[in-house]
Amino acid sequence: MKTICLYFEIHQIIHLKRYRCFDIGRDHYYYDDYENERGISDIAERSYIPALNTLIEMAKNHGDAFKVALSISGVALEQLEVHAPGVIELLHQLNDTGCCEFLCEPYSHGLSSLANEDCFREEVDRMRTKIKQVFGKEPKVFRNSSLIYSNEIGATVADMGFKGMLTEGAKHILGWKSPHYLYHCAMNPNLKILLRDFKLSDDISLRFSNTEWSEYPLFADRYIDWIAALPEEEQVINIFMELSALGIAQPLSSNILEFIKALPVCAKERGVTFSTPTEIITKLKSVDQVDVPYPMSWVDEERDVSPWLGNVMQREAFNKLYSVAERVHLCDDRRIKQDWDYLQASNNFRFMTTKNTGIWLNRGIYDSPYDAFTNYMNILGDFISRVNSLYPVDMDNEELNSLLTTIKNQGEELAALNKEVEMLQAKLEKAEGKKEPVAKKAVEKKPAAKKAAPKKE
Amino acid sequence: MKVLMFGWEFPPKIYGGLAVASYGITKGLSLQGDVETTFCLPKPCGDEEKFLNIVGMNQVPIVWRDVNYDYLKSRLSTSTPEQYYAFRDHIYADFSYMHVNDLGCMEFAGGYPGNLHDEINNFSIIAGVVARQQEFDIIHAHDWLTYPAGVHAKMVSGKPLCIHVHATDFDRSRGKVNPTVYAMEKNGMDHADCIMCVSELTRQTVIHQYHQDPRKCFAMHNAVYPLSQDLLDIPRPDHSKEKVVTFLGRITMQKGPEYFVEAAALVLKRTRNIRFVMAGSGDMLDAMINLAAERGIADRFHFPGFQRGRQVYEAYKNSDVFVMPSVSEPFGIAPLEAMQCGTPSIISKQSGCGEILEKVIKTDYWDINAMADAIYSICTNPSLFQYLQEEGKKEVDGITWEKVGLRIRALYEQVLKNYGK
Repeated sequence: MKTICLYFEIHQIIHLKRYRCFDIGRDHYYYDDYENERGISDIAERSYIPALNTLIEMAKNHGDAFKVALSISGVALEQLEVHAPGVIELLHQLNDTGCCEFLCEPYSHGLSSLANEDCFREEVDRMRTKIKQVFGKEPKVFRNSSLIYSNEIGATVADMGFKGMLTEGAKHILGWKSPHYLYHCAMNPNLKILLRDFKLSDDISLRFSNTEWSEYPLFADRYIDWIAALPEEEQVINIFMELSALGIAQPLSSNILEFIKALPVCAKERGVTFSTPTEIITKLKSVDQVDVPYPMSWVDEERDVSPWLGNVMQREAFNKLYSVAERVHLCDDRRIKQDWDYLQASNNFRFMTTKNTGIWLNRGIYDSPYDAFTNYMNILGDFISRVNSLYPVDMDNEELNSLLTTIKNQGEELAALNKEVEMLQAKLEKAEGKKEPVAKKAVEKKPAAKKAAPKKE
Repeated sequence: MKVLMFGWEFPPKIYGGLAVASYGITKGLSLQGDVETTFCLPKPCGDEEKFLNIVGMNQVPIVWRDVNYDYLKSRLSTSTPEQYYAFRDHIYADFSYMHVNDLGCMEFAGGYPGNLHDEINNFSIIAGVVARQQEFDIIHAHDWLTYPAGVHAKMVSGKPLCIHVHATDFDRSRGKVNPTVYAMEKNGMDHADCIMCVSELTRQTVIHQYHQDPRKCFAMHNAVYPLSQDLLDIPRPDHSKEKVVTFLGRITMQKGPEYFVEAAALVLKRTRNIRFVMAGSGDMLDAMINLAAERGIADRFHFPGFQRGRQVYEAYKNSDVFVMPSVSEPFGIAPLEAMQCGTPSIISKQSGCGEILEKVIKTDYWDINAMADAIYSICTNPSLFQYLQEEGKKEVDGITWEKVGLRIRALYEQVLKNYGK
């Protein structure tokens, strides 16, 4: 029996404001508040709200027969909380129907998975906690920013306790293989991989309203016919896209929502079901490993990381940003941590691309890749000097690292010692409880003396 | 196909961009193989390249004089006595009231002398003789100085006229046009069968300010010639400690030099290890020296004066950024030359060459903040410098006169096909 895994992503960046080189060192606020509010409200109104309403309606009408998965980046969640709380409300409603699974992704929607493992783990953990807080369930499945995936990233993700991961069904990785099966990570077979069917996904998100497309106009019954006509053994059809595809990329006037609404009915007639990623992972067995030595993504014809790191400017910005990753990781300055999240967003690098893809790219306030680069580097210049002012600049990272390790080790030692103290205390209590409970006061003083001991080292 | 071309400048004598463009266009046409060009010049120096047929207008008689062969041979520097006699047979009116020399020719000062309007008039009188004597299919006139000659030649021969707009008076004067020049430009355009403009920007000016039919206006972007190995080999000085930002061109209102000074002042507020160079001369030079002093940046701001030949390329090579903040630039060949030398360029959005360049930074000429930011960015981020240097060179190497020649020839054919219909 065939099953469709429908997944939508919600992400909007925090727009940077026009920041000139003279502002470096004078102005530490980098964001375009007006654009952020306008942008997110506009998208919420034109896309998120109608799309989520549709999904809720479908969930209510079809009960268990309809399943959907969603993920939301941390920065988008923050923006929605401030500017469009109605969307959060709808997400809760959808969550309450029980047919929606929330996936985890990096908090910043950044490229930390390619740069710094500690930093990556930290933000994924943060997002996982946040999703649990907001939606009540700990996510089991992970999707990286722009579906970036490689063997190593897979291994890290598996190590963090995720059971599955979504990525692109890129032709250069799959070759003759089909994306309609469940696969597993080459470095850790416990991590199952769901591969996006880019043809069927793009039919909706990219081509649906294109009148020049040979399949225009596309109706739900024909779309499901295509799926039903696939070979019997091919069971998983992964349709992943951004939620803004419904309403922004494909305008509401194209009746995209009616199309989505009709999918479950047509699917039912042909015996095709809907599943969440977790259901697929638990129900099906992996057929093979996917070997991805170099990172791939769901963007552009090449499906690699060139949209963000394709030219020297992008690489310099990327390297400069992550050169302070350790120091940011170390510090506990809340504003720096927050700026760190916002500056990491992959969109900032996308604005600097010089690739000619033939598809129009919205560069926001920037009129060229050089403009985007200049603005970003100015902001980064200010940010890095703020980070550096937290620790002596002349101290090189290695030295800092060794100090960090010492501190970390001491922290661990402290924790271990504390544990020991607790154990001993419990033992003592047990022993003394047997003898005489009056001596409790004397016991409490003892750990205090022990705690102080490691500090003297 | 035979083309009768009128121009005012031609290398090796270079007064401005017009000479370079004239050379490029004729060379591009000659590379087509089947286009024969006769180029009429007020005062050739005799050292012009020989791929085209040069006619010195100062050696075309307009008054009949009986001179013998040997005397002629000693007097004519760039043409032959046979040519002289051929022209003499086509004198069409009595010009003996004009100021002519012993050969019946008129002298030209060349370049842009004070009595420019007289020279333009004389040029068009002589054009009447040339047009009667020469055989050709089409007329091509470069810039307003030669429009009257082109129009005259068209009247005489009945052949179609193409004019090439390298600049308009709207560009030179920031909108306050000289009525005499405007009248001459407008008259030339009105009579033309095809108007080639060096950019879409100029084409729009021609359509809107000169009220021309858009169907006969075409954008014909300029190109550059590959640099000789000799120039390519000029070393790039080490600038790891101090960067150099260069403005190179006439220091006049059209080129927007004051915006460069203002942007420099902004950059120097932020960092001190950048030097600014304003090379060239012009009527605003003194004002710019004053302005730099007023902004307190004179210690980092240099005026080396007019640069010639090889010096120009040395200046490009010695720069980390080339800036052209022109208020209105019909085309602007300088940034292309800078890019050939591997120097990243910042140009104003009001420059025609921006239409065919991608690997440059474009700002509005008045946006000194954006310009300063771009200068600072190239000077401080090696990756941006490297990208613009490498990709810019590749881009500009693909812009050749040969391609321009091909397009001009296609336009000629189109004009000839539709002419008289």
